[in-house]
Order: sequence, then structure tokens, then C-alpha cells
Amino acid sequence: MSDTTYGLGRAELHELYRALCLTRAAEERLELLQKQGHVTGGLYRSLGQEAGAVGAAYALRRRDDGSGDMLCHTIRAAGALFLFGGELIDFFRQYMAKGTSPTRGREANVHWYDFDRGFVGPVSPLGTMIEIMAGMTLSFRLRDEERIGIVFYGDGASSTGAWHEGLNFAAVQRCPMLLMVENNQWAFSTPTHKNTRVSSFTEKGPGYGIGAESVDGTDVLAVFDTVRRAASLVRSGEGTRMVELKYFRRKGHAQHDPQDYVDPEVIRLWEKKDPLHLYRARLLSNDWASEDELVTIEKETFELCRVAAETAIAEPYPDGSDAVLDVYTDVQTPRPWTRAENPDPSLA
Amino acid sequence: MDREIPEHLLKTRRGEPVTMLEAISEALFEEMVRDDSVFLMGEDIGIYGGAFKVTRDFLAHFGENRVIDTPIAEGGFTGAAAGAAHMGLRPVVEIQFMDFISPAYDVITNYIATSNYRGSGPMPLVIRGPVGGGNRGGPFHSQNVEMAFFHTPGLKIVYPSTARDAKGLLKASIRDDNPVIFEEHKGLYRAPGLREVLPDEDYIVPLGEARTVREGKDLTIVTYGAMVHKSVEAAETLESEDGVSVEIIDLRTLLPLDEDSIVESVKKTNKLLVVHEDTRTGGIAGEIAIRVSEKAFEWLDGPILRVTAIDAPVPYSGSLEDYFLPQTDDVLKAARYLAAY
Repeated sequence: MSDTTYGLGRAELHELYRALCLTRAAEERLELLQKQGHVTGGLYRSLGQEAGAVGAAYALRRRDDGSGDMLCHTIRAAGALFLFGGELIDFFRQYMAKGTSPTRGREANVHWYDFDRGFVGPVSPLGTMIEIMAGMTLSFRLRDEERIGIVFYGDGASSTGAWHEGLNFAAVQRCPMLLMVENNQWAFSTPTHKNTRVSSFTEKGPGYGIGAESVDGTDVLAVFDTVRRAASLVRSGEGTRMVELKYFRRKGHAQHDPQDYVDPEVIRLWEKKDPLHLYRARLLSNDWASEDELVTIEKETFELCRVAAETAIAEPYPDGSDAVLDVYTDVQTPRPWTRAENPDPSLA
Repeated sequence: MDREIPEHLLKTRRGEPVTMLEAISEALFEEMVRDDSVFLMGEDIGIYGGAFKVTRDFLAHFGENRVIDTPIAEGGFTGAAAGAAHMGLRPVVEIQFMDFISPAYDVITNYIATSNYRGSGPMPLVIRGPVGGGNRGGPFHSQNVEMAFFHTPGLKIVYPSTARDAKGLLKASIRDDNPVIFEEHKGLYRAPGLREVLPDEDYIVPLGEARTVREGKDLTIVTYGAMVHKSVEAAETLESEDGVSVEIIDLRTLLPLDEDSIVESVKKTNKLLVVHEDTRTGGIAGEIAIRVSEKAFEWLDGPILRVTAIDAPVPYSGSLEDYFLPQTDDVLKAARYLAAY
């Protein structure tokens, strides 16, 4: 049986494996940190969805000087964030709400920005990010820049008004935006069929006059190839497109969700479609990598996560009174008068 | 190739008086000429020039990359404007009637207002449009929207009452690195009494600074927008008929609130009346009253009172709307009551 590398060389194939391993190792490290009480808020896994984020991000132009493509990731696309230059240690700092985190403890998990490296922090109502990315990519078109934007969101976000308004605007304006719908079959505890009557999200594409296609989200090379082709069309002036990642959310919405509403048999079936295991086997059977090379990558990524997490643990939390900073770029938010040494309401 | 500036946008340059609407058009036009990163988005602002013609002839002058007609989707294009602002552009969004801003409430409050705090850097975005009643517009073409956003840290809210302020405040808003909601009272747009000759220079009116419209010593009226003019009418009557001297503060910017100007005036006159066209409960009068209580309680010689619209949707029929809205006579009666207190 012949297999294809889609033109990727050995080093690139290894880089993809490394990105998958890094994502999984980082999230497994987080689980440990959470058990140790270091994680401030919810913990969200992308187990089973790593290949969708990694394959897509790998197909884009990643730069660090603000000239590359723009990513809006999600909680289940941490792999894309890392490929775009999001620092592993910042990922841990964010989850632990450290004062050293990119948002200085003001926002959670993957919600942070770096426009030079090319990513925009999502907000929790994810449909909004379609509107935001529509405008970011509009600016690329207005300035004749050869950049595109890629925005991830869950199947649930597809039901929002913001999703519709943002997509319709982008389609009309031919914004160079690629929508990546993470169809993992669940929006928290709500199955996809209760969010939409369509059987594939690609059916929504024609309603907006845009091209759309589905890909097996557990196959990192297929995702890479699909997104590379879609991105090329978007970049060449076709405007907005959509890619649907088909896979399954193997953990609950967050760690606090045991997802006992999901048939365990279905979860077991999807365990056999684990994107790391599938890709690992493929690398070996095609002789694209040796067992030793893969083990080295696995050990390295494990160690990177361990060290980054240990470093982050030792770092300080923000000073509580920093909460008043940066609400505006210029106007200072007053401190509560009751927190002054000599409380006086006229200081309010 | 330099395009000629449309005739109607040269009034200030010719030394002619302009309406508030023309002042707003001039501000937009001059900012777009001054700064390539300023662009406009909104419904029917291109070939039609906007529902009130604020952007008449802008499309021909600047082209469709800088004057963008949008789908009817205030959330979508306001969110898109925020994305463009991330990338260093300075979008000015027109909401055709500010009543229609509600679909954008989510993106404005959850995304735009929190953006700098969450670490995105500046969010230079102006969301402007007509507000206010008195034009028999009914429930959906008459609202004042300031208090829907006043409670959201991270936003600025501007509401001018004169042509001069409108131009200077809009320019300041466009140059501000924070998101600004800019309310334009449609009853003032073409009010003949508001025509004035503006300085033929590039001036701004800084955000966050109230203006003393009229000095007085017996009581203070804090107000903004169309109510500034009704308050002035009432104050003039009070002065001539009762010999009462009324100080009037025009807030101009509602957020951040120029508390110092209010407190300073109350410490001088010892009495405060707040007048706003917006509805009563949860109106800005409540916030002003508590701030004066915090800062100038000892100086008060009477209750803090307010004159506002009634707590109802804006009704359509003239008789109903006139009853709904605060009138000059309401201001007069309240001020008279307070002066005698």
C-alpha cells in the first residue's frame, strides 16, 4: 500500500509528530498540575483533536515579525498556538494565573495575544471570533497584504448570531479568512444534532456563497493537505472558505465534566482513532522515522513540559491591586477607598 | 491624484456657519484626509451617504475601501471593525440609528471593552450614530443608549450638544486608543439655532472634560446632549423671572465622568439638579447623585433632584412623546422647586 507525504520531507514529518506530542504532553502535564492544585480555573483537553490543530497550523505562513498569517485558536487547538510561536511556559503561566503570564493573570488558558507571531486570543463566546477575524482579514485585503486568517471554533459556536454575521460579512467582503469548524460532536453536553439539522457543517457553506470541505480530523497529513489547498485558494483572492474537522471529543467539556452522557462504547471506538498513535504507526510503517527518533521526540517534549511547568510553578501571582491597571490605555481606574490605610469615602 | 473636496464640506474653510451634522461630517472627512488608517463602515453610508447624509460624497472621494457599505448586521460589522483596529486601522462605525446597536452589545461589552485589559493593546474604534427623541421616530428610532454601556469598564461614551464640541470631540474620539461610543442627538443635527462658525484649524475637544455652559451661584444643573439647550432656556427664564442664578454643566463625555467639575460646581451652588433625556431608572443621575454624596455631602443645601424621560419605551404619537420626554417647563419647575428649598 503506497502512502503519501504530501511533499513533506523527513524533518517536516518529524516536526509534525513533535507538535502532536508537545500538545498532548502539555495537556497531560496540566492534568498533573491540576491535581496538585496549581491550575486556577477549568482545564480543557484536546484529546483526540490534536491533529486538526497541528495539521492546519503547519500549512500556514508562520512568522514572528507581524507579516505572517493570523491564527485564532481555541482551547482545543493549543497545538496550533504552539506552532505559531505561543510559548509553552506561557501556556502553563496562563493556566496557573501567574503574574508573569502574557495577560498578567487577567485571562485564562489559551486566551492570549501576540500579533507579531500572529495569533489573537479568543474570548469564551467563540462565535464572536468569526467577526473579529473577519475584520483582521479585511485589513489584509484593504492593505493588499498576502496574509490570511484562520479561525477555529466549535460546532456549538456555529449556532450563534455572531458566527452568521461575521461569516456573512467576510464572505461579502471576500475577506481572506479560513474557518475551521471543530466538529467534535459535542458542545458541552449538547450533541451536534441538537445544534443543527445539517449532517455536515460544510452544508452551511453554500448558504454564504463560500467553498467548504470536510477532512478526517484525526489524520494530521490529510488535515495539512486540505488546509494547505484551502489556504492557497483563500490567499489567491477567492476569499472566505470553510474546513470541517471531523473527529470526537474524548474528554468532557472540561475536567470537571465526566461526560457520563456519552456512550462509553463510542469513546472506546474513538480511542482506536487516536491521532498520535495513528501517525506514529504510519511514520514507522513507511519508514519515515525510526523508533529511536520517535522516542527521542517523545522524551524531549515530555521534558520540555516538565521543565516549563516547574519554572512556572515557582513564579509569583499578580499583586491584587494590579486589577485596576490597563482598563484603558490612559484613564486610571480608582482604587477602592475601603482599601486605603485611612478609609475616607471622599477618596473613592 | 488629488480629488476635489466636496463643496458642502468646505463651509468652515470659507468661514461659514455649520450645523452639528455638518460639523460631524467635517470631522470625519478631515480625519480621513489626515490619517490613512481611518476608514468608515456602516449601513447605507456609501452611495446613499448615510441615513442622515453624514457621509454624503465620501464614497466618491475616498473609494469603497475606506467607505464600506455593510450587510445589516451591527454585531458583525462592529466586531469586524474591532478586528481591523487590532491590525492598526482606526475604524469609525456608523450605527444607522443607535437603537440598532443592541445586536452589537455582545461584541462591544465582552470583546471590545475588555480587549486592552486582556492584553491586545489599543482598541481605537469609534461607534457613532444618531440618538434621541422628539422626532416622532417611535420606539426604534429614538432611544438614548448611553446607560446600556455606561456600566461597562473599558468604554468611553461621548455625547456632544454643540457643533463645535461635536467636531472636536469626534476628532478626539478617532484619535483615542480606546473604544468610544459617540452619540449624536438627531434633533440637534440640523437645529438652526446651533449653527456656528467653527475655528478653521485642526482642533480637538479632549474627552473626559465637562464644559461650564453658564455660570451661576444658586444651583447647578448637570446635563448633556439636547437637554443642555432646554436647561439653558429654563435657566434664562429663572434668571429673568425669579432672579435665580443657575450654573449649567454640559458633561460632553459621560464615561469617564468629569466628577471634579460636578463636585466643584456643587460646592459653589450647594444644590444639584440632573437633567437627562434618557429614561429615569438607572439613568446617569443616579451615578452623579452618589458621587456628589461621596464627595460633597456637607456642601448640599437641598436634595439632589432629577428631570428625565419617564420609564417607558419611546412612544410614537406626538402627544405621547412630548409627555414622555423632559420638557423645558419640567426643568423650570424642578429648578424653581430646588431654588426655593
